[in-house]
Amino acid sequence: MSARRPIPRWADVALLPAINLLLALVVSGLVVLFVGENPLHAIQVIIYGAFGYGDGFGYTLYYATNFIFTGLAVAVAAHAGLFNIGGDGQAYVAGLGAVVVALALDQTHWLIAMPLAVIAAGAVGGFWAFVPGWLQAKRGSHVVITTIMFNFIAAALMVYMVNRVLKPASTMAPESATIAVGGRVPQLRQFFSFFGYSPVNLSIVIAIAALIGVYILVWHTKFGYAMRVLGQNPTASRYAGISNSKMIMITMTISGALAGMVAINEVMGVQNRLVLDFVAGAGFVGIAVALMGRNHPIGIALSALLFGALYQGGQELQFVIPGITREMIVVIQALVILFTGAMEGLFRPSLERAFMLFSPEQKADAVAAATTKTES
Amino acid sequence: MDLAIILSILDATIRLSTPLLLACLAGLYSERAGLFDIGLEGKMLAAAFAAGAVAAITGSAWIGLAAGMAVSLSTALLQGVAAISLRGNQLIAGVAINMLAAGMTTFLGQTWFSQGGRTPPLGEGGRFEPITLPFANELAGVPIIGPIYYELISGHYILVYIAFLMVAVTAYVLYRTRFGLRLRAVGESPKAVDTAGISVVKLRYQAVIITGLLCGIAGAYFSIAQGSGFGNNMTAGKGYIALAALIFAKWKPVPAMFTCLLFGFLDALQIRLQGARLGGVEIPVQAIQALPYVLTVILLAGFIGKAVGPKAGGVAYTKER
Repeated sequence: MSARRPIPRWADVALLPAINLLLALVVSGLVVLFVGENPLHAIQVIIYGAFGYGDGFGYTLYYATNFIFTGLAVAVAAHAGLFNIGGDGQAYVAGLGAVVVALALDQTHWLIAMPLAVIAAGAVGGFWAFVPGWLQAKRGSHVVITTIMFNFIAAALMVYMVNRVLKPASTMAPESATIAVGGRVPQLRQFFSFFGYSPVNLSIVIAIAALIGVYILVWHTKFGYAMRVLGQNPTASRYAGISNSKMIMITMTISGALAGMVAINEVMGVQNRLVLDFVAGAGFVGIAVALMGRNHPIGIALSALLFGALYQGGQELQFVIPGITREMIVVIQALVILFTGAMEGLFRPSLERAFMLFSPEQKADAVAAATTKTES
Repeated sequence: MDLAIILSILDATIRLSTPLLLACLAGLYSERAGLFDIGLEGKMLAAAFAAGAVAAITGSAWIGLAAGMAVSLSTALLQGVAAISLRGNQLIAGVAINMLAAGMTTFLGQTWFSQGGRTPPLGEGGRFEPITLPFANELAGVPIIGPIYYELISGHYILVYIAFLMVAVTAYVLYRTRFGLRLRAVGESPKAVDTAGISVVKLRYQAVIITGLLCGIAGAYFSIAQGSGFGNNMTAGKGYIALAALIFAKWKPVPAMFTCLLFGFLDALQIRLQGARLGGVEIPVQAIQALPYVLTVILLAGFIGKAVGPKAGGVAYTKER
């Protein structure tokens, strides 16, 4: 094979994801067409629903907050070469930490309750990821399988905890007691009436802080460097004197703690109590977000916003066009994961070839390589 | 507990283990060929929907089964193209397949049938009926053996018998045929297989095809045998339990059967044990629900035995040039 140069960085981080997203949208559009609806109208509705007015935009940001957390959780693990598929379960059990602190401190002030709840939710979510990390580091069981199993164990545990422990005797519905105002995260609409009735809340500030924090952690600390070395080449990192097992355990804990922040947004910011299944698949959206965002905070912020818009627009879609349900969004999300994550090989080779023709020196190289091949 | 209760629990065990067993054996082929398959759930779900929808329209369970197998097969091939030909990440391909199936089935179900994602209930012939084995009625009166034969062995759907037959077939194929030897080899050392002049890609595609077909039967079992019509997210994580069972059985067909029976038994037990007490303490149903997953985690961690998967699992094969 001729010496193929890797494509330029901008193409790798922007063009390739864009092509993949476009392809996912085109395939979804064909599905919409197939059921007899107009895909262009659907896209119009989604864009208006997500960005067209204050309430809609607020909802977009609220969904994006969750996806930033789960996207970062997947990305941090990915930098260390780990695939954390258990964001859903980690966020779910983190709800326990959040709700216990919020209920205990709901007679104080959110400035006291929120930071402590962040720590508690992070600790519980982190623990739920630490165990699979520990099992991989010390016992050699694959983190992917363990985190899948932990998602199901979390689901069973939470049904038990909500029904048997947290549910007040007076309520019938499977949910915890309601958190009083002092334990709730303030809504952005309290400061900006622009957001109407949407539930976007101060958790988004934590999300932005987490984006910056992850950027600094991964690219500007010794720990982040060790993490990336481990992800690139575990043997090299061991020779460099890095303790791989320690790195795996710490990285997984950080990843789980990030996923756990979803609980702050949902339990303290939106529902004001712990309800069953409050994560609603956000952990899996995080996989799509991290893949599209190339595991970089800026990319994650943008793709979380994109998926937030799709989720909010999708809600709108089923009101405006009854023929299309919001599950269409899950299809788009699945296609994005498929094209950007698993079918990367679909476009990269042809893109590499295309770029070789554009760059003169690369073209010269390619011609030279081709000539030697034919001459020999 | 008297015999009748024990028999009814064991009967439920067989009914609940069947889809697990089919999916588990399906996964066995792929994983033995060196392909991680966390997309069993998605393939089953897609098949359950296709089988339910087609059986409802045509009124034939057999055409429904064929449709389920066809859809599961094409889903498996899509996953295969990503994982084998394009050398993509097999785990991510599986996640995508699961999500795609969850979204597509609900979306198409709602669009086509407008019953909240359900397919219409199946009439006569649209659904597999239990089969009464020869002499079951005559023997029913015989003490002990009679009820065991009548309740436990006879009176299941044909797919149940197919599932248990597949255990023997899989064991034979895996250990007694040339294909089986090559399949095991390609999961351990694809390079050796390639050196011997056998196509790694072709073998892996063959494994994926078998996986797709078996997942199709498993999925159809949900909608046109056990249930009457497809319901939202009907497989409810059974694909993941099957994956757990596969690991628990250390990727071997006969242990896979026993593991699926065990997990099916736990499932049957937790339905029975709603509110049951043990020594004055109520056993939480959720504890039994979580048991298969907990057991798998403990096994994987090497605390009881050791589960080591096929060595080349998860790695796409690149031919040397």
